[in-house]
Amino acid sequence: MTGSTRAGPGTYLLLALASAFFLLPVYLVLITALKPPAEIQLSTTWHLPDTWNWGSFVTAWRAFSPQLLNSLILTVSATAGSAVLGSLNGYVLSKWRFPGANVVFPLILFGMFIPYQSILIPLFQFLASIGLYGSLGGLILTHIVYGLPITTLIFRNFYAEIPDEMIEAAKIDGAGFFGIYRRVIFPLSISGFVVVIIWQFTQIWNEFLFAVTLTTQDTHPITVAIANLAGGEAVNWNLPMAGAILAALPTLIVYIVLGKYFVRGLLAGSVKG
Amino acid sequence: MRLTRDRLTAILMILPSLVLLGVFVYGFIGRTAYVSLTDWGQNPAQALALNPVISFIGLENYQSLFTSALDSRFRQDLVNTFFFTLFFLLGCLAIGLTLAILLDRRVKGEGFFRTVFLFPMALAFIVTGTIWRWMLQPQGGVNVLPTLIGLPRLQFRWLTSREQVWQFNWQNLPVILGVGVGVILLWLTVLSFRRGRRGRGTVMAVLTAVAAIWTATGARSVEILSYPEPHGFNLALVGIIIAAVWQMSGYTMALYLAGLRGISDDLREAARVDGASELQLFRHVIFPLLGPISLSAVIILGHISLKIFDLIFAMAGPDNIRTSVPALSMYLRAFRANQFAEGAAIAVVLLLMVGAVIIPYLWTQLRGEVRR
Repeated sequence: MTGSTRAGPGTYLLLALASAFFLLPVYLVLITALKPPAEIQLSTTWHLPDTWNWGSFVTAWRAFSPQLLNSLILTVSATAGSAVLGSLNGYVLSKWRFPGANVVFPLILFGMFIPYQSILIPLFQFLASIGLYGSLGGLILTHIVYGLPITTLIFRNFYAEIPDEMIEAAKIDGAGFFGIYRRVIFPLSISGFVVVIIWQFTQIWNEFLFAVTLTTQDTHPITVAIANLAGGEAVNWNLPMAGAILAALPTLIVYIVLGKYFVRGLLAGSVKG
Repeated sequence: MRLTRDRLTAILMILPSLVLLGVFVYGFIGRTAYVSLTDWGQNPAQALALNPVISFIGLENYQSLFTSALDSRFRQDLVNTFFFTLFFLLGCLAIGLTLAILLDRRVKGEGFFRTVFLFPMALAFIVTGTIWRWMLQPQGGVNVLPTLIGLPRLQFRWLTSREQVWQFNWQNLPVILGVGVGVILLWLTVLSFRRGRRGRGTVMAVLTAVAAIWTATGARSVEILSYPEPHGFNLALVGIIIAAVWQMSGYTMALYLAGLRGISDDLREAARVDGASELQLFRHVIFPLLGPISLSAVIILGHISLKIFDLIFAMAGPDNIRTSVPALSMYLRAFRANQFAEGAAIAVVLLLMVGAVIIPYLWTQLRGEVRR
């Protein structure tokens, strides 16, 4: 017998119960989205639809496509921006340690944990004063800046694994700061970039506080649109449910296809990673 | 020569990020702290002006948050945050650890189970909130689940219950805090002496005595409110706690599973050879090794919990006083009511709470690395 004990029937029973707890909401969302509005009654919540109605998805798509597009533009640009800057920062912090780096690094990290309420008022004022309040550009800038701590952390830990001897060798071959980055660091960065991009994509797509405070009707991302719809009283539940599925799909697909990298980003968030 | 030029390039490359973070994090925090000491928002004409005329009024906003009759919502917010954090942490740790221990037993289809337990993490709190709001409709959802197997319907009013348990009087807060601090200090005293650290134990004993004396004398005479004001654990929060645990317990599972996989088979085998039962193995070998992971989880989940905003916004709506928290009140005060100074004061209180959790954590986590 090695390591841990082998699973018995009890283990599987408990795991099945836990899975039911985790999957129950998914079942409810799907069947509600697929019911015609007239069929959605509180007493028959859990019943399968009598007639399957795919129309809710069409309606939700029509209603939400502008906000989905906003989210897509926002997420792609802010993810790219924070990943590139984070990679450079991580490279400098792991391979070109400058005096004071030990003080600077925790100061950078702290930015990842602050409640964004504590910077929201000056941020709002600042964006208003440079004419970016209400624009997607302002929100993109915001996400790039507040994404820097986590992307810097992940890249720094990732680059710490690259042996210093490789850097020394490249230096002897005459490579400078950018030469080493282009020929040694960057080619070895691919899985680091995957982790960072997945993490940032998920975070920015899902973010709500900045989105609701800094955008207006035309520039709302999908989270704000869903919150507004579900908050209204006179709406049939099939629509918010279909909308929630549309809003969740991109990050869910990323998680299911690239789950290993998603978990790595998740664990990196607990600092040591 | 070459080396120094490259080093200069390196510093120039990181400089823009440092300047951005310096301004956007520390500059803005400073500005918020300043705004919290002003009257910005009291004059509606100035509230939304691009360059509002505001004047310094000192700690008035803070005093009002903790002691004025108008701000009893904020005090209930603090109590809500306390109970939310407590039960959210307990739920995530218990479920996460249980799932990790189950999955560590060489389960068939482990990948499937892991995927199922972790997928809520990929969702937005807004999406989770929307889904669970539907799950917790008083006339449907979870409440009608028992009818599927012939039992009567549940009657619980998720999200709208007005019931409060564990009520206490806000006037007694200094005494309650004094007792709480005293008990923790006493525990630290006993712990220090047991571990043979007499110096630290003596200091802790003195601090315990100070806390006890203050609780018995000073704390009783502090009058924060001139009338009794009851606060307690709002049962409307229960549904939100369940939804939050549903979303985040996969995270603790992932942490604990990584930890369990890091415990070598040799160590477990050695303990078994020494005659340890499965239970003893967990109690004396595995749980102590998982201690640091539990601490990480408590810190990460704790700071998420103190900041929770979107989940409550989506589940109970922003105007539901019974489920409100400081993160939500700050948004409403500043950006719905244009009371920017009061919003800033709430934001500073929130930052202090998060900082109290995060700064010691960063300190201990990074101290070892810096020495390297």
